[in-house]
Amino acid sequence: MNAVELTGVGKTFDTGARGPVHALSGIELRVEPGEFVSLIGPSGCGKSTLLRVVADLEQPSCGSVVVGGKSARQARLDQDYGIAFQQAGLLEWRTVVANVELPLHVHGVAKAERRARAAELLALVGLAEFAALRPSQLSGGMQQRVAIARSLATRPKLLLMDEPFGALDEMTRERMQAELLRIADETGAAVLFVTHSIPEAVVLSDRVVVMSPRPGRITDVIDGRRPRSGSGPAGRGVDGALPDSALPDSALPDSALPDSVLADEDVDGVRESAEFFAAVTEVREALRKGSA
Amino acid sequence: MTRPTVATAVAGPRRRPSLDRVWPPVAFGILALVLWELVVTFSGVPAFLLPAPSAIAAQVVAAFPTILATAAVTGGNALVGLVVGFVMGVGLALLAARSRIVSELATPLVSAAAAVPIVALAPVFTTMFGSTTEVPRRLVVSVVVVVPVFVSTARGLAQVTPVHHDLMTALAATPGQFARFVRLPGAVPYIMTGLRLAAPASVIAAIVAEYFGGLQNGLGSRITSAAANTAYARAWAFVVASIILGLLFYLAGLLAERIVTRTPTRREP
Ligand SMILES: Nc1ncnc2c1ncn2[C@@H]1O[C@H](COP(=O)(O)OP(=O)(O)OP(=O)(O)O)[C@@H](O)[C@H]1O
Ligand SMILES: [Mg+2]
Repeated sequence: MNAVELTGVGKTFDTGARGPVHALSGIELRVEPGEFVSLIGPSGCGKSTLLRVVADLEQPSCGSVVVGGKSARQARLDQDYGIAFQQAGLLEWRTVVANVELPLHVHGVAKAERRARAAELLALVGLAEFAALRPSQLSGGMQQRVAIARSLATRPKLLLMDEPFGALDEMTRERMQAELLRIADETGAAVLFVTHSIPEAVVLSDRVVVMSPRPGRITDVIDGRRPRSGSGPAGRGVDGALPDSALPDSALPDSALPDSVLADEDVDGVRESAEFFAAVTEVREALRKGSA
Repeated sequence: MTRPTVATAVAGPRRRPSLDRVWPPVAFGILALVLWELVVTFSGVPAFLLPAPSAIAAQVVAAFPTILATAAVTGGNALVGLVVGFVMGVGLALLAARSRIVSELATPLVSAAAAVPIVALAPVFTTMFGSTTEVPRRLVVSVVVVVPVFVSTARGLAQVTPVHHDLMTALAATPGQFARFVRLPGAVPYIMTGLRLAAPASVIAAIVAEYFGGLQNGLGSRITSAAANTAYARAWAFVVASIILGLLFYLAGLLAERIVTRTPTRREP
């Protein structure tokens, strides 16, 4: 059963006097469980709309949307996905840890349990000691990490992310990419990830979906270079030692991750590899072709 | 997400009212009082036009127990009306945010109430409820208070950012949860602004409502009766008490707003 299955999906916005806007047309997309798929394309090509259709925040004009074997609406009501928007969208009147708890709070999870879970997630994104602060007391990048922790609160098997690293500086961004890859590895979640950055799409994804505008459609699908643990040139990882289980119920140690977990070196190794540059070139050409 | 109150509170370290900032207005006030006294004493302004500050002060001292008692009555009416009007204003705005029908009924009504001089209702209420009860005045105060509280609460409730809206939809939150987790807490600074604006207005309404008959036990009725009896200094003594009462409510409102919307200062642990 696929994590996401879009068949012949189209979306037309009726803007009244200015006529209809064909945001999406004939979208065919399958995301397998545990697969990392990026959407890339020029501004206005319908990436956000596609994500919002999967999240049931927007209704498709035609076609079928199946999320984890259910309708998009049922998947939303069942909390089968976690979502992170381009803006962190934290609630200022809640502390950082209470923001991470929000999805569990909405669904009536007992206070002690959700507090424990939120603490675990904050540790995962490296913000354990900031739990009691207000969102405005954190930097933008830290807020974004809180939003990512929040999207993981219900242990979703599907993560939807709309340019979550858009506002970050290059170094923070690279660190967050490695962190996200680790999280995806550890949780086994499928990820549908919108980005404007070609290198980001390539380094994160199993597949990069290239889109073009007017009407928004998929023009190309290119294999990404998602790193796996121990795949770095340094070869420091121990093969097969990684238990494939989901997000730790047992809290991870704050900083020192086990050796078998995807390491920063593995990710950096991919960024410096020839295959990576080849894939970047391939995506760039696909984008150029699409906009021509 | 930018909220005006938050932005200003974050803008800089909290300034304490230092002696430097307090003495100019105090000095100015004393100077004005001295000038007033001199002008009244030496120019022969008739007492019904302007009694001397010393004469007013003497009356304040002489009638102090009466002033306290009447101020308590008027202040009590203002407080009851303020609380009732505040609860009604917030409640109505919440309902209006939840339901189109309530919104379409309440919004024009409250807007109309804002345009009408509400104290003009005082004689009507007095006739309706009788002149032996405090109800008519408290009602006038409530109506005066409802308007700013409703307007600013409604504005606050409408301030939901699209990303918060999407977030709550994605979380499959019920409308009630949406109100509890997002709308209401987000509106708190606006609600408190409404309260701050309404607090001094409630005192004004309570005093003016007394001018239109009913019980003769408040500051407003004492001002009219003293003036009618040509006891001008005495009338002014009650005016002074009214000013102080209004200032008290104003400061209480300001303090409440400050306390509730206080934001933590930015710090890295
Ligand atoms: N609610 C809406 N009403 C009308 N038109 C809309 C609406 N939402 C999106 N559109 C239109 O749909 C098209 C696709 O928008 P979308 O936000 O999905 O683009 P995008 O690929 O995410 O762009 P960007 O990279 O700039 O975020 C645009 O032409 C936009 O104007
Ligand atoms: Mg977008």
